[in-house]
Amino acid sequence: MTPEETRDFEAKIRAYVGREVGAPTRGKDDVNPAMIRHWTEVTGDESPVYCDQAFAAKSSKGGIIAPPTMLQIWSMEGYAMCQRPEMDLQRELHKIFDAHGFVGVLGTNTSTDFYRDLRPGDQVTAHTVIDNISERKTTARGVGYFIETVTKFTDQHGADVGRQVFRVLKFMPNAETAEAKASTAGAADKPAPPTRIQAPRGHDNAWWWEAIDQGKLMIQRCKGCGTLRHPPRPMCGDCNSTEWDAIESSLEGEVYSFTELHYPKFPGYPYPLLCAVVQLREGTRLIANLAGCEPEQVFIGMKVRGKVERVDDKTVLPNFYPA
Amino acid sequence: MNKTTRRYGSVAIGEKLPPLRIDITSGLIIGGAIASRDFTPVHHDKAAAQAGGLPDIFMNILTSNGLIGRYVTDWAGPDCTLKRIDVKLGAPNLPGFVMTITAEVNAKDDAAGTVDIAYSGDNNVWGTHMSGIVRVALPKEA
Repeated sequence: MTPEETRDFEAKIRAYVGREVGAPTRGKDDVNPAMIRHWTEVTGDESPVYCDQAFAAKSSKGGIIAPPTMLQIWSMEGYAMCQRPEMDLQRELHKIFDAHGFVGVLGTNTSTDFYRDLRPGDQVTAHTVIDNISERKTTARGVGYFIETVTKFTDQHGADVGRQVFRVLKFMPNAETAEAKASTAGAADKPAPPTRIQAPRGHDNAWWWEAIDQGKLMIQRCKGCGTLRHPPRPMCGDCNSTEWDAIESSLEGEVYSFTELHYPKFPGYPYPLLCAVVQLREGTRLIANLAGCEPEQVFIGMKVRGKVERVDDKTVLPNFYPA
Repeated sequence: MNKTTRRYGSVAIGEKLPPLRIDITSGLIIGGAIASRDFTPVHHDKAAAQAGGLPDIFMNILTSNGLIGRYVTDWAGPDCTLKRIDVKLGAPNLPGFVMTITAEVNAKDDAAGTVDIAYSGDNNVWGTHMSGIVRVALPKEA
């Protein structure tokens, strides 16, 4: 998109902010025990206040209530969604995004507040407003915009019973992502097992990774002054020589520092995930995973021994175990 | 089935909730979509899901919400009241995956009588499916 096209597009989408997506939607069914039971069967929710009339009557609820997580369900459009979904303002807005290449859609967040328990006989009406459209963002999925809608739920008396904020990303899928997904979808019914993020191999470090693939942990050595260095780089920091060779590490060392990675959890990595700076006996340090021990067993100075091993289909790495 | 309700005073920040392991099946995904009246094709029609770039149908947000709601109320008991569910959505849940929900109490509000549960639902294939906070009110007296 040229800057002018972007400006026109953004003016078009921003005109939707603050508008109701359509007339308030009154639920087709009032809150009722049958739909409650259908829901709790699937979610495996056995709380007696949803289904056991006698228990619920004696509880602090004073009778059957609907699971709060059904709030949005009461006003859903239903089967029309897979036939001819009603063209409301939200779908109209999404079509504008689609027409400009932002064809991807991904729900990213919901936040729901429940103001009171709903009971059989309650009538729920949803009022949805397009509340906010973010600036253009670059995300892992591609460039796009976050659209936030706010739905207010009211009852038969016009009183608020809950509120939900829903955020979706409308994005232009990355070519790479789309291709990867298409190949997954086409190749098999099962997704490929996730693998670790692969280390980039460039002019200065490919040799080191190739040695790892052969099961050897190498340390670069300056041919001018003999100083060892890691990670691999073209010039010695001590004598400025660009001549070098390498020695094979004994894989013996100790923990110089370490941390446990909690969040976000990346697919393809084992948890708990321990990362350490390992001080090798030869004198250089490297960052590697600790394996074969629990987080609480690790300490600075702990003796470790490395093992160059295959961790998934694509990657071989040195892992360090308690010595 | 838990018929005993946790009291506000008996809950401490840092308390861990028992983990819950849920087998994600086509039945759970489709059953959850239909029971929540969500007929969006990607939740029941594999071809539609594949056209969208995923290998199979995937769980709708309402079912994820329902499962996390159930997880917390199972622990808190029948007299608790759910106040808020925040969900940050991550990797989709597909048939054949296993999702494990773990959580701990991370805040208490004495005035409101509510506790905040920080949870994470992680599937074994693509990682975190959902994470966030559930706020639940607990009775103060026995």
